[in-house]
Amino acid sequence: MSIVFRTIWVIAYRELLRFVQDRPRMFSSFSMPIIFLIIFGAGFGRLIGQMMPGVNYIQFMYPGILAMTVLMTSVMSGVSIVWDREFGFLKEVLVSPLSRSGVLAGKAVGAATIAIIQGAIMLVLAPIVNVPINLGTVLALLPLLLILSLALSGLGLLIGARMRSQQGFQIVMQLVIFPMMFLSGIFFPISGVATWLEVLSKLNPVTYGIDAIRQVFLGTEVAGVTVFGHTMGIVDSAIVVAMAGVVFLTAAIWSFNKQE
Amino acid sequence: MDVIEASNLVKRFGELEAVKGVSFSVKEGEIFGFLGPNGAGKTTTINILCTLLKPTDGQAKVNGYDVVKERSQVRQSIGLVFQEPALDDYLTAEQNLRFHGYAYGIPKNVLEPRLKELLEMMELWDRRKGKINTYSGGMKRRLEIARGLLHHPRVLFLDEPTLGLDPQTRRHIWDYIHDLRKRENLAIFMTTHYMDEAENCDRIAIIDYGRTVALDTLEKLKDGVGGDVISVKTEDNEEAMRLLEGQYKLKPDIENGIISFTVPHGEEFLPKFVSGFPLRLLSIGLRRPTLEDVFLKLTGRNIREQEVDSMQQMKNMARMRRH
Repeated sequence: MSIVFRTIWVIAYRELLRFVQDRPRMFSSFSMPIIFLIIFGAGFGRLIGQMMPGVNYIQFMYPGILAMTVLMTSVMSGVSIVWDREFGFLKEVLVSPLSRSGVLAGKAVGAATIAIIQGAIMLVLAPIVNVPINLGTVLALLPLLLILSLALSGLGLLIGARMRSQQGFQIVMQLVIFPMMFLSGIFFPISGVATWLEVLSKLNPVTYGIDAIRQVFLGTEVAGVTVFGHTMGIVDSAIVVAMAGVVFLTAAIWSFNKQE
Repeated sequence: MDVIEASNLVKRFGELEAVKGVSFSVKEGEIFGFLGPNGAGKTTTINILCTLLKPTDGQAKVNGYDVVKERSQVRQSIGLVFQEPALDDYLTAEQNLRFHGYAYGIPKNVLEPRLKELLEMMELWDRRKGKINTYSGGMKRRLEIARGLLHHPRVLFLDEPTLGLDPQTRRHIWDYIHDLRKRENLAIFMTTHYMDEAENCDRIAIIDYGRTVALDTLEKLKDGVGGDVISVKTEDNEEAMRLLEGQYKLKPDIENGIISFTVPHGEEFLPKFVSGFPLRLLSIGLRRPTLEDVFLKLTGRNIREQEVDSMQQMKNMARMRRH
């Protein structure tokens, strides 16, 4: 067992080291969420006005944008395994005494750590867009962001576990990540949209993550996901995300071990 | 003691039988060469020995551990340098080595002096804080050798250690390897398709189409050719071939207009041959056999350097360009 822990730490350590050295990547994962926040905020903000009592469009969108930063960073962890395979470094890892399962777990832990750092930086924007934030909010957010980023890293790794080229990964990213992003309630509440859209959104684990984060910021009355007549609270949603994460990560580890 | 024992290794990939029953053993402290053309099964054999592939049949032990049943012990006790670079380009040399040290669980008080020793030996200490994407091909290879040795393995596997390097760098790498062997009493198992490089090995296994066709010391392999190699060029090579086969009872080969054959005691043969041969000779030469001749004699074919997989080279170049 100790070898699994050593593996997780060594692999996560390298992910962090790379993150620190790779400045462009650090900024690129912020760019898209911030562009969305500014452009959609300016574009729809005046048109929509109040989303719900006391919540304007930017305030509604901001928690989702925070989750989007985490989504981008986490799923990109999958590309790191494709990258390692393509550039040969994976061989160095596979021929070492490190545990195979630990390698993927380590990648997920590394990605989650990076995602949380990125998320924390995004919190600086909260006061600018008039979203209330205090120590309690931050402490409640941490476990949520951790669960969400581990789960989404699991998804990224599942996609990357067998992929041989980065081009292939990019294509799958477009096909999986963009729909996941738009069907997650970042930009519009999923209650009151067409039924097919609502069903797809409810199948998307990101939806639950975003709804929970939004409730932390704006209060439980903004809860927007109802499953079988039950309005999902913060803890309910966190459990859904965690379960999805366990499925993704287990499948990723299984697929990776079978392959190599 | 034998550090590697392989018996009847077989590896099939679907229909393709890449390794067809290879057996050999490597002694402690020797440089063992695995020589053969590309596609002969060299890398597959290395991958089986270092636990990256499971053999379809047969058995192998490395440092006394079974490569199928005791994989993590095998991994802990060997060092490996792959054919293609396996470094993290975005990290520095030092960071790459530290990663390796942590992965193999080397205690810090052992790791730091060892890291310095190896980087100094490979003349990379001054560049230790440089990122790998600023390194040349030869520097990368040296760093990989240093990394392969970091955890004090008893066997070092080198898969085509000088592939794609210029001749000067290749010679340099060989100096390091000889130096290493003296210092660490380490067994080195290496594959190569460069005949001249195989001459650095204590013993050589020649592998062709997944089988070992010979295994011996360099001298014995050369003696097996049957004497010295004479090469001649005449004004009528066809007639000369007929004469050599008929009258002289030799087995001549012809390539690029030069006829070559082996005779025992070449120095004595040469004067008699020159005065007695009926055709006009344009040139004549005598030399000791090389591994090239050994290979030709054993397989009936030439091992050629253009056999370096051209696709692979293109891939490597594309990779280099990307950085």
